[in-house]
Amino acid sequence: MTVYCLVELDGAGVADAALRALTFARGLADGQASQAGARLAAVVFGEPPEADLARYGVTDVIAMTGIDGYAPQAWARALAALLDAPVSAGPASDGPESGGPVSGGPVSGGPVSGGPVSGGPVSGGPVSGGPEPGNTSAGGPAPDRVPDGRVAVLAAATDRGNEVLAHLGAITGLPMAANCVAVSPAAGGGYALVRQRWAGLLLEEALLDSPVALLTVATDAVSAQTPDTPPAVSAEMSAAVAPTPAAWESAPARPESAREAPVVRRASASVSAADLVVRAVETPSGAGGASLATARVVVGGGRGVGSADGFAPLEELAALLGGVVGVSRVVTSEGWRPHSMQVGQTGTKITPDLYLACGISGAIQHIAGCSGAKYLIAINKDPSAPMMTRADYAVIGDLHEIIPALVQAIKDRTERD
Amino acid sequence: MDILVCVKRVPTVGGAITLTADRRAIDTKMSGFTISPHEECAVEEAVRLVERFGGAVTVASLGPPEAEEQLRSCLALGASAAVLLETAAEIGPIATADALYSVATSGSFDLVLLGNEASDTGDYQVGIRLAHLLGRPVATGIKAIVVGDDGASLTASRTYRGATEAFTLPLPCVLTVKEGINLPRYPSLPGRLRAKRAPVTRIGVPGPAAGEIRMTSLRVPEAPKKQATVLGHSSDAVPALVGVLTEIGVL
Repeated sequence: MTVYCLVELDGAGVADAALRALTFARGLADGQASQAGARLAAVVFGEPPEADLARYGVTDVIAMTGIDGYAPQAWARALAALLDAPVSAGPASDGPESGGPVSGGPVSGGPVSGGPVSGGPVSGGPVSGGPEPGNTSAGGPAPDRVPDGRVAVLAAATDRGNEVLAHLGAITGLPMAANCVAVSPAAGGGYALVRQRWAGLLLEEALLDSPVALLTVATDAVSAQTPDTPPAVSAEMSAAVAPTPAAWESAPARPESAREAPVVRRASASVSAADLVVRAVETPSGAGGASLATARVVVGGGRGVGSADGFAPLEELAALLGGVVGVSRVVTSEGWRPHSMQVGQTGTKITPDLYLACGISGAIQHIAGCSGAKYLIAINKDPSAPMMTRADYAVIGDLHEIIPALVQAIKDRTERD
Repeated sequence: MDILVCVKRVPTVGGAITLTADRRAIDTKMSGFTISPHEECAVEEAVRLVERFGGAVTVASLGPPEAEEQLRSCLALGASAAVLLETAAEIGPIATADALYSVATSGSFDLVLLGNEASDTGDYQVGIRLAHLLGRPVATGIKAIVVGDDGASLTASRTYRGATEAFTLPLPCVLTVKEGINLPRYPSLPGRLRAKRAPVTRIGVPGPAAGEIRMTSLRVPEAPKKQATVLGHSSDAVPALVGVLTEIGVL
């Protein structure tokens, strides 16, 4: 099968959510291990960070050109064109030993042998054709690489990912499943999937009766992981890959699962004027600092904070810990803090290392937003509050007493050091 | 400016979600019903736009006959017409968009507003599918709407990864909005009285369409059954708290 994964960039690198989606996508592609032809193609609008993508085990990189900035319908139109002419593992149409795609041409020098674990790929050129129509496996697939016709398009379930895949669903008439946490091929050519409802408070098991799956991956479905066996890297890539492959050498060599360097191709998106009507103009928002969605530490405040002024100690603590303040819904409806700081089902879903919830009882809509935290510490007067029973660590008492004391203790500690 | 707002009746979920015996629905014997916070804000935004630019707000819902309750709440907030697309079973996003299309084309709406996603099924796509059926531009997750001076376009913006993304759309168009775009008002007494008497148009909708994803069962994810370690009471717990923060690597 072919799994496409829309990869969003964050600056010059791959966005965290996209790394998790790639990890999920690789699981789907690798689940088809019996088929040597399974491909994982990263689709990037912009300049692809090839080394990052190689580390995450992609076999193909499609660098989309021709669309300036973020235009959701145009991005979807470009993905729809890929579905019409999927990347295939078979030889390109211009001959079984084709040395390259018909158009575009590889951006990198193609797979080059010399990876630290495997002997590298066999041939010197990309085996598959480009995404353009007429460049599919018309020449007949190689016997050991029979495509099974399954195609999946995945994206992280971010605002953009959900939006682009919904457009793709509308363009193709195919169903789209948002916020998936698991997927596997089902008998009969479709898929069995598990997706989140109620922002993850409820899971839906469902069947998708189509060989083409459009899925977004819940941002807390998997954590980002590179494959246990590293990808072989091409000569020009290895310089960019850090850390050096030393760590990999200790891993047992598993040539059967060794990965080739990805084939990088440019594809020019063919879009209409109507597809480009809605296009984002981005301006950095004045907020600055770490964003709630990506913060490593979030100090949460709820009704127990009591007033807008009550947040000052929480903000001081957050700054000391290199984090940001998040709030529960009651805080924004009271007008103590803006909605942009709200954690929960209708606010922001957070995935920090630490969520320190102060004076938050833990309504399930709030839990839905913070269950992705690695560690949860709750401070509350009421030991039976749901947040307290759900936490890893709990402190019983008044946050107005505890937080200033904690701030002082951290400051004392810093001075001692 | 004539505006159509689409809302969905969903159970009010409080402490925990319990399922029916067949595990295909939420047990709602004990729960009330509401619409998503995103949709409350969509109704409020529509009413504000009409207060400013004139026109009327129509509210539509696809759901069981009881969804009339949610439509009347919207009427109390300032909508002037309501359409109930009656259906017995849960219907997927493709069929929902098809049904809403019939309402959206029954009048000349300058703007169609929806919530960014329904709080129950969370499909994240009905607004976009509806826009494609209508052949109109669409932007999602919107937290601010500014109508252009010419009245022929609007700028819709949202925050994405710390940056503001602004989209300019010609009217008519479709927008899905998020909570935070405004602070919805409480219904006024005259509003409530008007809502009681207002007619609700009822239209039957065929059952689930083919080609949708088929739900087989629902389950509540197992909460990690862990026992919270109580670090202590009040500020006596601070040394232990500092210890934990150090241990988990944030200090």
